[in-house]
Amino acid sequence: MTAEAHGHHEEHHSSTGLDNRKLGMWAFLGSETMFFGSLILVMLINKHNTLGGPGQEVLDLVLTSFTTFVLLTSSLAMVLSLAAFRNGSLLWGRIWLGMVMLMGLIFLGGQVYEFTEFVTHKDLTPSTNLFGASFYTLVGFHGAHVAIGVLWLGTVLAYSWRGRFQPGMDMWGIELVGLYWHFVDLVWVAIFTLIYLI
Amino acid sequence: MATVTATAPDTRTFSGTAWSWITTVDHKRIAVLYLVTSLAFFMLGGLEALLMRLQLATPEADVVSAERFTELFTMHGTTMVFLALMPLSAAFFNLLVPLMIGARDVAFPRLNALSYWIYLFGGIFMNISFVAGGAPNAGWFGYAPLTDTAFEATHAIDFWAFGLQILGVSSILASINFIVTIINMRAPGMTLNRMPMFVWMSMITAFLIIFAFPAITIGLVLLLFDRYIETSFFIPEGGGDPVLWQHLFWVFGHPEVYILILPAMGIVSEILPTYSRKPLFGYAVVAYSGAAIALVGFGVWTHHMFTVGLGPIADTAFAISTMAIAVPTGVKIFNWIATLYGGSISLKSPMLFAVGMVSMFIIGGLSGVMLGSPPIDAQVQDTYFVVAHLHYVLFGGTVFGLFGGIYHWFPKFTGRFMHDGWGKVHWLLMLIGFNLTFLPQHMLGIDGMPRRVHTYAADMGFDLWNMMSTVGSLMIGFSFLIFIINALRSIRHGEPSGSDPWDGGTLEWTIPSPPPVYNFAHIPIVDSRYPAWDLKRGGGHTGAVATAPEADAEADEPDIHMPNPSYWPIVMAAGMVLAACGLIFHQAFILLGAVLFAISLLGWIEEPAG
Repeated sequence: MTAEAHGHHEEHHSSTGLDNRKLGMWAFLGSETMFFGSLILVMLINKHNTLGGPGQEVLDLVLTSFTTFVLLTSSLAMVLSLAAFRNGSLLWGRIWLGMVMLMGLIFLGGQVYEFTEFVTHKDLTPSTNLFGASFYTLVGFHGAHVAIGVLWLGTVLAYSWRGRFQPGMDMWGIELVGLYWHFVDLVWVAIFTLIYLI
Repeated sequence: MATVTATAPDTRTFSGTAWSWITTVDHKRIAVLYLVTSLAFFMLGGLEALLMRLQLATPEADVVSAERFTELFTMHGTTMVFLALMPLSAAFFNLLVPLMIGARDVAFPRLNALSYWIYLFGGIFMNISFVAGGAPNAGWFGYAPLTDTAFEATHAIDFWAFGLQILGVSSILASINFIVTIINMRAPGMTLNRMPMFVWMSMITAFLIIFAFPAITIGLVLLLFDRYIETSFFIPEGGGDPVLWQHLFWVFGHPEVYILILPAMGIVSEILPTYSRKPLFGYAVVAYSGAAIALVGFGVWTHHMFTVGLGPIADTAFAISTMAIAVPTGVKIFNWIATLYGGSISLKSPMLFAVGMVSMFIIGGLSGVMLGSPPIDAQVQDTYFVVAHLHYVLFGGTVFGLFGGIYHWFPKFTGRFMHDGWGKVHWLLMLIGFNLTFLPQHMLGIDGMPRRVHTYAADMGFDLWNMMSTVGSLMIGFSFLIFIINALRSIRHGEPSGSDPWDGGTLEWTIPSPPPVYNFAHIPIVDSRYPAWDLKRGGGHTGAVATAPEADAEADEPDIHMPNPSYWPIVMAAGMVLAACGLIFHQAFILLGAVLFAISLLGWIEEPAG
């Protein structure tokens, strides 16, 4: 991943013309669909399994709609960042990348607030009932993915000051984190629709 | 026969210091590491089986206690599936896939090393449980609520659950690596339709792994939450449902069966044409039926749950899909037989193992179709009939196929033959011992002997069958010893084999034995399914394959840039497993593991991948 190494990779023979790392990321994301698919299924099974305790009604649709909007918009910023880097504008690439991180952090902040609120005021913990357990597991794992994404974006941003992503260089480092970020976004669309809206 | 290459064997491939093995990223060395480790675990799992057979040889025996017996069958199943057979298949992926597709290494060499080290440490981690307060004891499928803290308060289940999570990471990473390698790193001209059948089956297996493992990952996460943070996903008192565990487990567990058998089917599809001196019959159909098995394999899981009470509609649907999967399997078997038909057959030991695999697998397949019928399944559920069936598939199928592969490719990786006579003795003893062990278990099952019970009463009519079974299992153990001695001796003293002893048709037989570090001095150009045969018999034009005389290779060598060795994979794997230890032993390990992981991640990124 260093500047010295990057020139070499272009010599790699590739049967499909696709970059190995991108293909690997697609395979990983394929695996992740089953990961989140299983979690979402468990959540749907237990959606009304409240044992008379707090259930779906505790979900704050207004707050989460806002953070959902922020997260979805971050995908746009991600696209703009890659486009800027490709056009040779390091400045705008970095700005948009920073925006993606910021929006990811806002989303995470909303989630932390939501979890704290549920535990302290709504008496909903993972051991209260299976609605709670499934909710914290699913949304928590998604949040962990967002958090890892923010850290990853930060690393990419840092590397833009270490000689990477200069005009004319390959951009796979940004493309990879972009693929991951869009996927995590897409999963949230499913979660928000199935758990919050329906 | 024509010797294609004049290049001297490259002795550097497998020699070197311990440090060079620890830091290796060469797929051939990693394959050897996988091979040795998985055979060691195979021996361990076999010893566990022998202890159980000794206990069951006579009624009311007292060789091991009931508690120890539950640990033995749990760890026997877990070890054989996750620590012996899957990694043994992975050894073949590593050995063969890059060579067969004309590549110099896998797509991500360091990731490949990481997969191996995670596997090794994960396997050790799980087996530490034997000396750390009790081994896992809820069966290899760990049915809820047996795994709940109410029934197992010790860490036995935690070792099992964390261990499987660790091994799952290893499998998924390795599979991503091989998917990319196969899709993206084929030599020019090697279209999907020209890939050796083993590569086809490797690719299908890798896809199965990445799509099947997440289900058990989630199952285990929920189980660990039940155990650690007092959720009740699988505990009825808290509104949970033990059947949910069964679904999550078998959605993974049934594809897992195909993960175990498809590589062996690929190996057999390479061995049969070579020793019949004929191309594989119905190549495309064999490839597509493998894909069909994988697809349908995701839709049959509740045939493991026919007696749960899911209702007649679910049972019927899954009985139909289960029996449907016999079709592509049967297609493969007929194609193998047609490959033999009219061939010029040479019965060397690899061929004997391959033929043994096909015939034993047929028996396992037939009892599988029987079990696919809910009324029959209801009768023999949880009896030795099921044990017999699964061993005919996984031992008669997978183990025979994989051993055939070892005999077949041993010369490629050592430059020496395994002794063929002793190989045949191994085959014969294993075949007789295997049938003596498991054929009687069909009768035991029909007579109603339950599995996973540590003993039985004397007047049940089980005595003779059980004694036969135990004698057979000892024969299997003995045959394995012959194999080990034969292999160890042949590494140094076997008859030199040259680069192409079997007149093979695939690319790995066009390069020296053992292969040079860089595999191919020139990347070959492929225009048929059996490029090495073309080369030897004048058909086709296989481009650069043959043009590697010694001087040429020497001259070219400096230009071939191979990945640098790296110690970060082993550090990262150690970090991951230490973190898991922390959740069982002392929390300080979590911190230590996390620090190691973070350092190795940074080191990994900063290291020139080369």
